[in-house]
Amino acid sequence: MKQAITIDPITRLEGHGKIDIFLNDEGDVEKAYFRVPELRGFEKFSEGRPAEDMPQITSRICGVCPTAHHMASAKTLDDLYKVDPPPAAKKIRELVYSTFFVEDHALHFYFLGGPDFVVGPTAPKAERNILGVLGKVGLEVGKEVIGLRKQMRELISLLGGKVIHPVLGLPGGISKPLTEDGQQKFIEGAQHAVKFAEFSLQVFADVVLKNAKYVETITSDAYTHKTYYMGLVDEQNKVNFYDGQLRVVNPSGGEFLKFPAQDYLKHIAEHVEPWSYVKFCFLKDIGWKGFNEGADSGVFSVAPLARLNAADGMATPKAQEAYEQFFDTLGGKPVHHTLANHWARLVEMLYAAERMAELAVDQDITNTNVRTIPESTPTEGFGVVEAPRGTLFHHYQTDRQGLITKANLIVATQNNAARIAMSVDKAARSVISKGKVDDGILNLVEMAFRAYDPCHGCATHTLAGEMPLEVLIRNAGSGEIINVIRRNA
Amino acid sequence: MSKPKVGFYWCASCGGCEEAVVDLAEAILDVVNAVDIVFWPVALDFKRSDLENMKDGEMAVCFVNGAIRTSEQEEMAELLRSKSQLLVAFGSCSQLGGIPGMANFFTRESILAKVYNDAPTVVNSEGTRPQEETTVAEGILPLPAFAPTVRTLDQTVEVDYYLPGCPPPVKLIAGAVTAILESKLPPKGSILAPNVALCDECPRKETKPDKLLVKEFKRPHQIQIDPQKCLLDQGLLCMGPATRSGCEAACIGGNMPCTGCLGPTDDIIDYGGKALSAMASILDSNDEQEIARLLNQIADPAGTFYRYCLPASLLHRSILPAKNGGVKV
Repeated sequence: MKQAITIDPITRLEGHGKIDIFLNDEGDVEKAYFRVPELRGFEKFSEGRPAEDMPQITSRICGVCPTAHHMASAKTLDDLYKVDPPPAAKKIRELVYSTFFVEDHALHFYFLGGPDFVVGPTAPKAERNILGVLGKVGLEVGKEVIGLRKQMRELISLLGGKVIHPVLGLPGGISKPLTEDGQQKFIEGAQHAVKFAEFSLQVFADVVLKNAKYVETITSDAYTHKTYYMGLVDEQNKVNFYDGQLRVVNPSGGEFLKFPAQDYLKHIAEHVEPWSYVKFCFLKDIGWKGFNEGADSGVFSVAPLARLNAADGMATPKAQEAYEQFFDTLGGKPVHHTLANHWARLVEMLYAAERMAELAVDQDITNTNVRTIPESTPTEGFGVVEAPRGTLFHHYQTDRQGLITKANLIVATQNNAARIAMSVDKAARSVISKGKVDDGILNLVEMAFRAYDPCHGCATHTLAGEMPLEVLIRNAGSGEIINVIRRNA
Repeated sequence: MSKPKVGFYWCASCGGCEEAVVDLAEAILDVVNAVDIVFWPVALDFKRSDLENMKDGEMAVCFVNGAIRTSEQEEMAELLRSKSQLLVAFGSCSQLGGIPGMANFFTRESILAKVYNDAPTVVNSEGTRPQEETTVAEGILPLPAFAPTVRTLDQTVEVDYYLPGCPPPVKLIAGAVTAILESKLPPKGSILAPNVALCDECPRKETKPDKLLVKEFKRPHQIQIDPQKCLLDQGLLCMGPATRSGCEAACIGGNMPCTGCLGPTDDIIDYGGKALSAMASILDSNDEQEIARLLNQIADPAGTFYRYCLPASLLHRSILPAKNGGVKV
């Protein structure tokens, strides 16, 4: 008899994520669906709103990465009003943005993704969380993580007014300059962040890379997909979070596309499925060919691994070194192993910290000229940043008063949605057989989406491995529950 | 004596309220020591079935953030209500509808059409929409229903207390938890924040003229904002006079006006109406045409005055045809 396994809810997603796994008569996986049962409709209710309010309205898409939406929106307003912010404003925005990247990436590594490796993918469930991480690396490190995060978030508040839903972004610049006292705090914070990122890479090297089993898991076929990759790059094709052009590489690593945000409609499209509220992005140049990998499928990926694959290197020295070690160890570019996202995230954390340090001592950073007042009549604007979880596009059209007539938002995890669905399906097929399902197996399925740090529920600030999971084994026809497997803390 | 049991849950929200709890940082350790957290899907391994298995009123208190938009959220709100002695609406979305509540300016159909049919990136020649039940080759995939409007928590179930803000300020959260633990709660239905307007705690209070009069309304991108001076006195639509304090004027610290996320003080029935009248009362004119000209400078009155509170307001929603794009006050 056919069986359906439902994993519901997956609480590391905003709202409720679901995984539905269908087994055939032999108890092997026929197909697994990864789904998002949530919709709020920001594109619609943005209509009629003043464009300059969009950085604060769209930040409410996500309270974990509000800074990403806020910056994407502020950049879209620059383009809408054809206004160039003064150098200090651009640099302060990037400084705040780099600070945000450090705390966000740190959180994912220690609280969310890290436990799978630091503690172990099939370790006892009660240990597979932040407390287990502390048990492995020591309480002092835990205090360090909390302390670093608090420091970074206070720095963001210093310029943003508040850290959850900051207010600094305006067309043509930011709302206030950085004082010399504030600059000093950023300099100290950046030094702390660089040390912390280096330490984190060392933890990864010691705990993960020295463990042959973990390396085998990371490089196994169960967690591998050969797709296109996209990320922002600067003029030297180095990774950039705040600005640049979008670069797409093909599954062999060759440059496939390079385009400014203004051209996104030519290259990015969305596919709709009836069984999920999330839309699935694909490369328009290739088309939607279903949930398939390879050069003939338009499925692509974003986020840390994709960014490293899509670029030629990192723009800061220590991060560049880490970047080279990453590809040397994993067999050269591109790396297709989904779980390598965890390592790539730490390489990026080091870059963000080094970039913070550069910007904090920049000669322009305390310049009080941080606003260019827009003068042109607004019509249409495009903006893009790299959110921690991947490329984020904002696109607004307005009337002559600057009231939004149309808004389109492509968020990071939509770009990843198709590949995440494929990853969950493939992991389920690989680890479930003959109807055997237990806690460790469930975690191996979860790891397939966890690596992306999905932003459906940007509120992924949970204790990994303590997700309330319940597997209902049901009769596929009647829905009758045949068996229930619970994972308890 | 066993520790009081506490739950946290989220509905239609952004995750910022969960972050605000995490931002308690070291203080959260004290909370964990004092209570037994028995339901917090974002952080702990308790399931809906664990909740269902609890006795009625087993939890001393449950904090619920997010508005109510889907059938699943409504079911969860009802379940949490029955299992909790105290239910606290946590944050703007839960208390007032929040920013996602602005969806009530539009019809359900226009939202779905925009997202799944009309967005410029959508390629959907067959007009596919998410369905409450989809039959795929392998079986049936259900999705929660998307309700006609966004509702607040207290439009769904009975609520005992409210923690305002988008997100609630950390100090208010800590204060509420302490009040609950020490049984020093105010009367049922209270909002757990100071009952005074934001202007009262604004660091720019001294620069607000005794008789504030505005000759022109400005939008934040149109002027260089003076970092010391009262924002209203600069012609910016700062919602301080109508908005509850408790945030330590965080946005004003960022040199931007208050947008009203903490909602109304106790005596205000309709926040948007109060905010509108507050702005109308400071117009520096008695001439009808001049007053009309000044009011026209307010680019988006409905979206400005009802930014966080449309579902909770007397209006609740716009019922204009979708092609009109919503209502203007």
